[in-house]
Amino acid sequence: MSLLTIRNLTVRFATSTGSFTAVDGIDVHVDAREVLAIVGESGSGKSVSMLAVMGLLPDTATVTADEMTFDGRDMLAMSASERRRLIGREITMIFQEPIASLNPSYTAGFQIEEVLRLNAGLSSREAKKRALELFQAVGIPEPERRLASYPHQMSGGQCQRVMIAMAIATNPRLLIADEPTTALDVTIQKQILDLLMTLQEEHGMALILITHDMGVVAETADRVVVQYKGKRMEEADVLSLFEAPKHPYTKALLSALPENAVDGKLPTVSDFLIEELPQ
Amino acid sequence: MTHVVEGQALTQDYVISAGMFGKPKLLRAVKGANFAVEQGKTLAIVGESGSGKSTLARIIALIDPATGGTLKIDGQPVAIGRGRVPRELRSKVQMVFQNPYGSLNPRQKIGDVLMEPLMLNTDMPASERHDRAEAMLKRVGLGPEHFNRYPHMFSGGQRQRIAIARAIMLNPRLLVLDEPVSALDLSVQAQVLNLLGELQEEFGLTYVFISHDLSVVRFLADEVMVMNKGDVVEQGSREALFADPQHPYTRQLFAATPVTDIEAIRARVARRQAMRLATSAP
Repeated sequence: MSLLTIRNLTVRFATSTGSFTAVDGIDVHVDAREVLAIVGESGSGKSVSMLAVMGLLPDTATVTADEMTFDGRDMLAMSASERRRLIGREITMIFQEPIASLNPSYTAGFQIEEVLRLNAGLSSREAKKRALELFQAVGIPEPERRLASYPHQMSGGQCQRVMIAMAIATNPRLLIADEPTTALDVTIQKQILDLLMTLQEEHGMALILITHDMGVVAETADRVVVQYKGKRMEEADVLSLFEAPKHPYTKALLSALPENAVDGKLPTVSDFLIEELPQ
Repeated sequence: MTHVVEGQALTQDYVISAGMFGKPKLLRAVKGANFAVEQGKTLAIVGESGSGKSTLARIIALIDPATGGTLKIDGQPVAIGRGRVPRELRSKVQMVFQNPYGSLNPRQKIGDVLMEPLMLNTDMPASERHDRAEAMLKRVGLGPEHFNRYPHMFSGGQRQRIAIARAIMLNPRLLVLDEPVSALDLSVQAQVLNLLGELQEEFGLTYVFISHDLSVVRFLADEVMVMNKGDVVEQGSREALFADPQHPYTRQLFAATPVTDIEAIRARVARRQAMRLATSAP
C-alpha cells in the first residue's frame, strides 16, 4: 500500500531573471517498508522535491501538485498545525552535512531530548532515559558521555548517528535521507548505510534515499527513480535498473562508473543520445 | 633511470597543545613514507580522513617541508625551508586541489588565473602569456570566450578544468592531485578523469593522485599506496593490490566500497525478499 503519493509535483523559484522550474511534474510514491532511491546529479531537483514535501523551501518557492497524500491524508488540504503533527513525527529527514545540521551551541543530548519532549510528548526525565536508549540503538560509543558533547567534539560519522537517532526518536513511518553519507569516508559510509537499513527493517519504516552515488543505490534500494533537470527519466526496481537500464541518461550514469571504463576511457553523458534529454 | 619523484622515510610532525608550560605534544601525521614514481606513471595514495594522505601530498607538492626524510624531484634532493620555492622547482611541481570552489580567486578572471603562474615563474612577454593561456583553455575543453569570465560563472566541473589548466601552464613534470574529482557529479567526474588521462599521455605527466575512492584509483593508478593513521600499511602495483590485498585495513576498505555488480544486487534483493516473507508470515 502506498504510504506517500505525490502526483505532478512542480516547484518554481522566483529569481531576479524570472521564474525557474526546479522540479517539473514529478510523480513519487513510496510504499510502507520500502526503500526508494531518488538518483540524480546536482540540479536534478532530487532534494528540492523532498524539501517541498517537508515544507522546508524558502518563500521564493511555489509548490504545486495534483496530489500529495500521506497514508490517505491529503497534505495539500491540511492546516498548518495538522501538518506540524505529521512533519517531524511521522515523516522525518536527515541531511548531507551532519555537523551543520546540529546546533553548535547545544549539546547533542539537549537537542535529542528537545525532539522527544516536543514531538514524542515525553517528560524531561523520560526524554533523558529514551535519549540514552536511542544513542545506544544507533551505535554511538560511550553514549552517556556523548549526550553531554557538543557537535564540534564529535566526528562527522558520529554527528550523523546523532541525526539518525533524532530522526527515529518519534518512530516515524517515513524517513527521508538526503545524501546521508556523501560527506563521510567509505568505511563510515558503510556503517551508516548498514545502520539505516537495519533500523528500516526493525522499525518497518519506509526510507527515501536521495543520492548521486550509484554504488549506494546498488547497496540499499528496492526501487529507483532517476531524475534529470527536474524531470523523471526512469523508474524501475533496482535489479532491472542495473541489469537493463531503459533511458539513455540512466545508461550514461551507469557507464560513467569508473569500473565500467572501456580501453582506459570513461563514456560520458554526451556520448549517449543527448537529444533525447530535455534541454 | 631516475624517478620523477622519490620519497625516503618522509615524516611530518605537528605540534598540538603547546601550552605555556609543559612539554609540547607532537602528532606524527606521516610516519615514514617511501615511494618512487617513474615518468608518465601515476601513484595513487589511498586513505580516509586522518590517514595523512593530504599531509603527504602537501610535502610532495613543496607546500610544507617534511620534518624528516628526503624528497627528491628528478633525482635532486629538495630542501624547502623558510624561503620561497625556487622558480625552476616550482615549474616542475604543481598541484590541483579538491574543492574547485575554494581554489580559484573569485575576483580573478579566468585568463588571469592561467597567466599568473607564467608571470610569477617565467620571463615570458605578456602577449605570449595571453596566447598560451588561450591555447590551454581550448586544450581543457573551454573556449577563448571564457577568458574574461569570473569563476562564479562556471560549474564545478568547468572550474576543475580551469584548476587543471592552471597547474599545467608551466609544463610541470609532476602534478599532485588532491581528491580532484571527489566534489564532482559522476558524469562530470568521468569527463575530468578522461581529461587527466589525455593530458598525462600528451605531456608525459607524472601524477601523484590522492583519493579515498577505490573505483577511481583502480581506473587510473599504476602504483597504489594505502595509508592509515600516518602509516603506509600497504604498497604495490595496482594489479597486485586489487587482486590480492594483504593488509587487514586494505581489505576493510575494499569491503566498505559499494559494489554495483549485478549478481551482488540480485543476492541482496533475494535476501530482503526472504526476510520480508519471514516477518510477514504469522
